Amino acid sequence: MATAEEQIRDTIEKNDVVLFMKGTKMMPQCGFSSRVAGVLNYMGVEYQDVNVLADAEIRQGIKDFSDWPTIPQLYVKGEFVGGCDIVTEMTLSGELDQLFDAKGVGYDKDAAEKIRAANA
Amino acid sequence: MKIPVADEMREKLQAAFAPTRLEIVNESHRHAGHAGDDGSGESHFRIAIAAPAFGPMSRIERHRAVHAALGPGITGRVHALALEISG
Repeated sequence: MATAEEQIRDTIEKNDVVLFMKGTKMMPQCGFSSRVAGVLNYMGVEYQDVNVLADAEIRQGIKDFSDWPTIPQLYVKGEFVGGCDIVTEMTLSGELDQLFDAKGVGYDKDAAEKIRAANA
Repeated sequence: MKIPVADEMREKLQAAFAPTRLEIVNESHRHAGHAGDDGSGESHFRIAIAAPAFGPMSRIERHRAVHAALGPGITGRVHALALEISG
């Protein structure tokens, strides 16, 4: 049986984009998780969602792993990007696009522009 | 007497960063009855803080610095903590 840390490491190594969240990408169960999943869904990003509510060890494990006390947590190519505030700021500033470009992650640029236009 | 969490946050952030701007909003009433509402009325907070110390830090470093200043006693207790940090 793999430890929570091993499972987390394995998940972020095998998937380019991973969102540790409360609920699932189709059925988020927290406003903050919902916002980040909503951005990724709208931008057409392929990502793995991990529902921390389904596993208490992962829920605590991910906080220890990243030394970050809150959920959601976004990882791109194995690297911790941030939580809801940071992802929102990066979406609106265009930094998230730049990060995806730099890491070779596919996304819908027009959709990203629409998010920015709607929040300008 | 129990000290309100917002007061405790303010004291810790003042001491750690001597901020030029500090707003702490208790948004718990907007989440009453939702997930994470523990009935304490102190579950959801939004903090806007500006301090020169944040200037050279990355986004993640800024958040980590605020988390560290508040300490696990606060970050572990509140359900939600939205941060807006500027240098």
